[in-house]
Amino acid sequence: MLKRINGEDDMTGAEVAMRDAAFPLPFVSGLEYNAPARGPWNIVHTGMLIPESHQVFACAQGCLRGVILTAAEMLEMGRMSWISVDKNDFFDGSLERNIVDGTAEIIRKLPKKPHALLLFISCVHLFAGCDFEAILDELRAMFPDIDFIDCYMNPTMRKSGLTPDQLMRRQLYAPFRPCPADPKAVNLIGNDRPTDGSSELVQLIEKAGRELRDITLCRTYEDYMRMAKSALEITYLPTAKASGDALGKRLGRKHLYLPLSYDFDEIEHNLNLLADALGVEAPDWSEAKRNAVCALERAKKIIGETPVEIDYTATPRPVGLAVLLAEHGFHVARVYTDAMIEEERPAFERLRGLAPDLLLTATVHAKMRFAGKGVHEHGDVLAIGQKAAYFSGTRHFVNIVSGGGMYGFDGIARLAERMIEAAAHEQDTELVIQHKGLGCRSCL
Amino acid sequence: MKQIARIISIHAADTSGVCSMLYELGGMVVVHDASGCNSTYSTHDEPRWYRQDSMIYISALTEADAILGNDEKLIADVTAAAKDLAPNFIALCGAPVPLLAGTDFPAIAAEIEARTGIPAFGLHTSGMRSYLAGASEALEAVVERFCAERLPRTGVPSANIIGATPLDFSVNGAIESIIKWLNGAGFELVSCMAMGSTPDDIRRASAAHVNLAVSSCGIATAELLRKRFGTPWVAGVPVGERFPAMLASALKTAAETGECALPCADRDASGEGKKIAIPGESVFSGSLARAIELDTGVPCRVLCPLEAEDRLLAPGDLRIFDEDAAAAAFAEASGVIADPMYAPVCPPDVPFFRLPHEAFSGRCYRKESLNLIDRPLPWRL
Repeated sequence: MLKRINGEDDMTGAEVAMRDAAFPLPFVSGLEYNAPARGPWNIVHTGMLIPESHQVFACAQGCLRGVILTAAEMLEMGRMSWISVDKNDFFDGSLERNIVDGTAEIIRKLPKKPHALLLFISCVHLFAGCDFEAILDELRAMFPDIDFIDCYMNPTMRKSGLTPDQLMRRQLYAPFRPCPADPKAVNLIGNDRPTDGSSELVQLIEKAGRELRDITLCRTYEDYMRMAKSALEITYLPTAKASGDALGKRLGRKHLYLPLSYDFDEIEHNLNLLADALGVEAPDWSEAKRNAVCALERAKKIIGETPVEIDYTATPRPVGLAVLLAEHGFHVARVYTDAMIEEERPAFERLRGLAPDLLLTATVHAKMRFAGKGVHEHGDVLAIGQKAAYFSGTRHFVNIVSGGGMYGFDGIARLAERMIEAAAHEQDTELVIQHKGLGCRSCL
Repeated sequence: MKQIARIISIHAADTSGVCSMLYELGGMVVVHDASGCNSTYSTHDEPRWYRQDSMIYISALTEADAILGNDEKLIADVTAAAKDLAPNFIALCGAPVPLLAGTDFPAIAAEIEARTGIPAFGLHTSGMRSYLAGASEALEAVVERFCAERLPRTGVPSANIIGATPLDFSVNGAIESIIKWLNGAGFELVSCMAMGSTPDDIRRASAAHVNLAVSSCGIATAELLRKRFGTPWVAGVPVGERFPAMLASALKTAAETGECALPCADRDASGEGKKIAIPGESVFSGSLARAIELDTGVPCRVLCPLEAEDRLLAPGDLRIFDEDAAAAAFAEASGVIADPMYAPVCPPDVPFFRLPHEAFSGRCYRKESLNLIDRPLPWRL
């Protein structure tokens, strides 16, 4: 496709071999392309995890469009309302008043009052110095039985602190207030899908006699608010860490960050930390490790030399996953990522030695517009993640986002099984990856 | 209260209109925004995104660059990408933050043009108006720039179609049907702006005898061509069974007399009694109203929630600015023909006929999108 435009098939600047790659930013930032892989969740999907809540977005028309249609596609328009911002609002002093009056009017029109209302403002409000606190104070006084949660759709500020995704995961627990702790319960914080029950993390919690509370498992607002009482906060996604830190600090609870990892030593270290926090003896992990290795060997036997390509939407640690697979004999050909998190530095250094020819490929670089759907003729590829599937043009892919709920040694074994499944069965890539919010209902 | 909705959708914004209109013209469109505009556009507003390549990008604006007025980053990034990808032109448009920051897009475009030698223009979007405003300004800018030469009229009657985007017409064959109808009415197509035609086709637009504006976003360009080349225009979409013949006749008359015509608004909805309510884009909805009245005798009224010149509306048509106004108008109607996302505010005793409009519901109902061009209407009213 690049040839069609400028006569050259030139991926310079959008692709680099590991041996030459810089960390954490392998590519120069510039104009950005948006690949049609829609599985990763956005702030609307995440916010909908609070049961019996309602969302109100106060934004410009262009910003509203995306969030409203997110709700529409997930068949949740009954829980979504909006207030559009006009440029006059910034000049006539009505910015705050319109949000207060608009939100109040929406609440009065709802068939049933929500337990919580997530009120989102956007970049322009922050840019214009909108007094969000005053808005919330007034609304709280008008509707004392509703928990108002301040939320932010502010991608312009994504490099000035927490990203909108991190902020959303933090605000997801904003109604929790200090209360006596229930020592028999622990929280898994900041996830958008349940963690596999077979994972050592869940097993360890259950065997310690603790109840695992997770917003993805809550069905009622009461279930959700019970999470405030749990004695321990656990996070494992990097985007959830700030949420766990904030919650732990506010409630006076311990927060344990046990990052999702594909490194056996780190996994063992994390699980031992958890055992310690739960006050139980850490089991011998040898069998779990053996099971993971056996699963990888089974997968390797079936997948053989087929190139494997991984993208950053599948897991927050695509480089770490590449190391694991390369160490177990897989031909990992490519990792799609625009930037790497600091946690990936050791894996990056390891991969550089292990697979110097492996390509790091951008996903948002302007040239990637013309690199989709396998135009580079990757041949048969097994992809892990939707963007890898799109760019490679394969129909064989593991359809997961954010780790897919797989964790620990068990997570590795499960992922190996998913790779075997992907190798055996074709999927309609175009159809599958365009559904928004993997795991959510969809009207498409 | 205006500006709020409890449950209905909102129309695509001006930035999406720009991208949609320019999608097939080989240009590079850059929306100066953090990320959301491009994601929203490519997910919900652009059915061609997966299968048809186009250089639509976001600038990935950051807070620091906006506050510090770092326009050089935008200029350098666009210049670098343009040198790699060699677009036919470069169009720049902005979202809300650049509006507040006072970003001068025409000046930035001039700088980029100087550095790249590629024609560039800046547009005045804000993310706070509808797709019609953006699509209109974008097409006018392209035609203004690339359609300067007065060519001799074609030997046979001919026409341009102006204002076609998937936001109004989806990708369900409607545009192809309009072209087929146009040919059947004795007009050769010079260009379709901007679906299915090349930039070279559009450069030859002055050779047409008449222009057909199929959406209100085509009116400004049609006016530009009238002023520049004296080409008359007619506003309407050939929907239903009888209206297409009337529209064809209007095109012929316009080509002969040089007078413009608005058959889509040649109605009167001010009479007593209940009517079918049709909310939507003014040229299409007006044409549909006219078609229904001609084919069935059932009176109709257009509800216009979008920007539209007064001349595109008929007496009795109603501008609606929010959900409450739509609900009140629906309650007085004998029936409603509208996008399914209006259904929640339609009273249960008022018949609701689904007519998906991509600019309102995105891809939610794309599977049930209707091609109404030059054929019997599907509803029993």
